[in-house]
This record gives sequence, C-alpha cells and structure tokens, in this order.
Amino acid sequence: MANIVQFEDVGLRYPASDVDTLSAINFTLASGGFYFLTGQSGAGKTSLLKLIYLAQRPSHGVIRLFGEDAGALPRKRLPGFRRRIGVVFQDFRLVPHLSAFDNIALPLRLSGVPESDVEAPVREMLAWVGLSERSHAPPPTLSGGEQQRIAIARAVIGRPEILVADEPTGNVDPDMAARLLHLFESLNRLGTTVVVATHDFHLLGRIQNAHMMRIEAGRLLDPTGALRNPPKGPAA
Amino acid sequence: MFSTAADRRVLDDRRGTRAMTWIMAIMLFLTVLAAALGLGTINAAGALDRELAGRLTVQVVAADPAVRDRDTEAVLAALRGMPAVSRADPVDPARLTELLRPWLGDASTDADVPLPALIDVDLSVPSEEAAARVAAAVRATAATARVDSQSRWLSPVADFMRTMIYAAAVLVMLMAAATTAVVLLAARAGLETHRDTIAILHMLGSTDVQVARLFQRRIALDTMVGGVIGTLAAMLAIWAVTGQMAGLGSQLLSGGVLTRGDWVLIALLPLIFAIVATLAARIAVLGRLRLVQ
Repeated sequence: MANIVQFEDVGLRYPASDVDTLSAINFTLASGGFYFLTGQSGAGKTSLLKLIYLAQRPSHGVIRLFGEDAGALPRKRLPGFRRRIGVVFQDFRLVPHLSAFDNIALPLRLSGVPESDVEAPVREMLAWVGLSERSHAPPPTLSGGEQQRIAIARAVIGRPEILVADEPTGNVDPDMAARLLHLFESLNRLGTTVVVATHDFHLLGRIQNAHMMRIEAGRLLDPTGALRNPPKGPAA
Repeated sequence: MFSTAADRRVLDDRRGTRAMTWIMAIMLFLTVLAAALGLGTINAAGALDRELAGRLTVQVVAADPAVRDRDTEAVLAALRGMPAVSRADPVDPARLTELLRPWLGDASTDADVPLPALIDVDLSVPSEEAAARVAAAVRATAATARVDSQSRWLSPVADFMRTMIYAAAVLVMLMAAATTAVVLLAARAGLETHRDTIAILHMLGSTDVQVARLFQRRIALDTMVGGVIGTLAAMLAIWAVTGQMAGLGSQLLSGGVLTRGDWVLIALLPLIFAIVATLAARIAVLGRLRLVQ
C-alpha cells in the first residue's frame, strides 16, 4: 500500500511567534489507514492537520502528499490537491448565509458536478447526519452539534482520498459521536485515509486497527510504532 | 461551478447593499448625456458643413446706386457664365433691408444709406480652388465687389463645436475611467467583506478563477441593471431636450438631433460598460487573490 502522506523533518513556526509550533516531525501515513492524533490543547494537533490539508506551508522540512512535494506546489495546483482532501474544521467553517444543503453541496459544485447530480448525494448526507429536516436552515440557526454534523457531511460528500477531522465529535452527544465515527469507518473501508484529531480517548478503542499519533509540545510521539512502519493494507 | 442560481448565493447579497447598481446608474446617466452631447454636436457640425460648403456671398459695395446696379449686373453675368458656379442669385434688397432693420431701424429704408448689393453663390463642386477662381473672376469684373466664404464667417462656431466634441469625448473617457476605478474599489471591498467565505472556498478547492467569476457576475449584473436605468433616464432627458430644440426653429440646433445610429450606440453603452466592469473586476480579484495563500 502506497504512502499518501509523508513528513520529513517538518517544522512550523508562525510569523508572529519566536518558538517552533512543530519541530522535527517525521511520519508516514499509508493510503487507506485510519489514524487518531491525540494531544493536549496547544500541543500542535491543529497545526499539524493544517500542514496536511495545505492551509499552511512548513517552515522547514518536506511534506509529500500524494507522492508530490506539497511545499513546492505552485499556487495554481493547490485547488486540485485540496479537492482530494476532506476537512472537518474545529470551528466548522460553514458559510453562514448559505443553507445547510448549500454548504454540503459546495465541494460538489466546486468540482463542477452538474446541478442535477448534486441533490441526491446531498440529501443522502443530510439523512446520514440526521439533519434532513434542517436542510434549508442557515448555520447560525443550528446548534453547535448540528453545525458540526453539517461540516462533516461537507467534508465527506466528495469522497476524498484523505479525510482530516479536527475534533469532529467535540460538540455531539455520545450516540451521534458513535454514528459519525461509523461514517468515517465506512469511508475508510472504501479506501479513504482518515486522520482524526481528538481529545476523546473513548473514541480511540472504537476503530479496530486504528493507529495513534500523540503530539506533545510540538513533537510527535509514536506509541504504537506503526507510524514509522506503515501497515501493508487498509486499517480495517 | 457558479453557473446556477444556487451558486450565485455563495456571495451574500444582503450584506452588500446594491449601492453599486445606483452608482452605475448615475455614471451611465452622465456618460450617456456626455455621449449624446458629443454625437449631437458631431451631427450639427456635419449639417453646418454641408450647409456652408461651397457657398459664397458677393458684396458689391458702391455708394452710387447706378454704379452698384451696373457692377452687380456685370458680376452676376460673369458668375452665371462660370462652370464652377451652379447658382448665382441676387439677394432681394427688401429682404436685406428687413435683415438690417434691427440694427439700423428706419434708417435701413433711407435711400441715403448706401447698402451693398448681395449675391448668393453656390459652387458646383465645393473646394478652396474653385472659391479662389470665382473670387478672382469677381474682382476682375468689378472693383467694387468682394467675395466672402460663408464658412469663414462661421469658423468660430465650427471651432467651438469641435471643442465641444473633444470635451464630450474626454468626458466619456473620464466616466469610463471612473467606472473602472469604482469597480476596482468595489471588487476590493467585496473581497474584504467576503474574506471568510473566500477562505472557506479556497480550503474546499476553489480556484481563483472560480472566485473571480462570482465577483465578475455580480459586478456585471449591477453594471447592467444600473446602466440600463441610467441610460433610460438619460434617453428620456435627451428626448425632452431634443423636442425643445426642434421648437426653437434653429437650423443649427435642429442639425444636432441624434440619428438612429446614435441612439443604438447610446443603447449599447450599458453593455460596453458592463464588459469593461467585468474585466476590471476579474483583474482586481485575481490580482488580490494571488497575494493570498
């Protein structure tokens, strides 16, 4: 199984900061794997995810994404890469004046999917996340949990090759958390590489063969050893 | 992407008041007025040129009425014998007296006041050379005669009209430049207003061109709608003024009436401005987005 993400001695320092947020990060994610990223608040989980989903370029080191040096990608090639990555942002990042339906439909429309082929998958996703009745509701009228579910639906609707989720179950009840995790697992079975950053240790045992990455003070720990030796096949 | 009504909702219309539409309406209103002034003046100048081209006036200035009449007859005979002259008619002295009455009062009918005899001359083919030949022939026939080109009398008017045409052209260009500047500012303000939405779109894989298209479409629509409103209002104003001009009975002013082609050109202005605005928006948005990660 090919490596889909590879970090080689990656460091990140934000322009306004005088310390490294991330340093000496080395790991490899196998295509089709399921990974949890854990760590305390401020440890660097979100920054590491930003590097994966190309919201940030590393200060040094090399990030290989889909086999290419992501740091050297020209700007015009970024959209093509980003469309292959589904992202659940910690703060949801929904477009506030668009309905739940239109928010979920955005990745399809950006990819040029004909309007006639948009409705069915969006309705299906709305049903999956239990928000069929709220399809016309704009995000500000939804609860935090509902917004999170819309954000997840938007991230997975395009069947991305990598799904990056930053605390995706932080605002939902345990039942919904289990349901969403099951959705991620289903996607993973279909070949999507899943990376979930979470505080919730209860989630970690729910996915068999999931690998755990732990980050502390900007440095990556590898308790399972699996990261340096990626699995030969899909995690599940 | 962004070809359907659903996609057009991506930029929140409620936040950006449609002030742009009204700004464009005002810009097009002023532009159309300036363009109409220019086109009308071009038409009037053309009419004046056609009217005066190849027209001469011969004055026979002699205090003695007998000499004046003799010289006038001689000049008329000479003129009518020239192939370069298509018409040579004496001006009726009664009409001349009437024309001078506002300046001379009853003295214009006084036999002691020596009024010149006038002859209206039309050249067969208007040209400077023909006019010079006719003038030489007239002077050779009668020393009391002198020739004036009507276009020379009215050359200050023609100069003024040319100035008006240039001024109107400059005004139209300035309005186009101002419209472009307004669009650039509006596009930049729109990018700032929608910064969060654009960041989300980029993270979801939107290209800069897709984002630019959102702004292009909106600005093109605002310009078209505002432009049509402004143009219609200006056309109404022009129509009203044209009606008043016709009522004045002035040959010069009635020559400035817009032709059908002029109206078509004016009606195309909103479309032309919308195209200019769309291009300006695209350049502004793409230029700004290149600076963003």
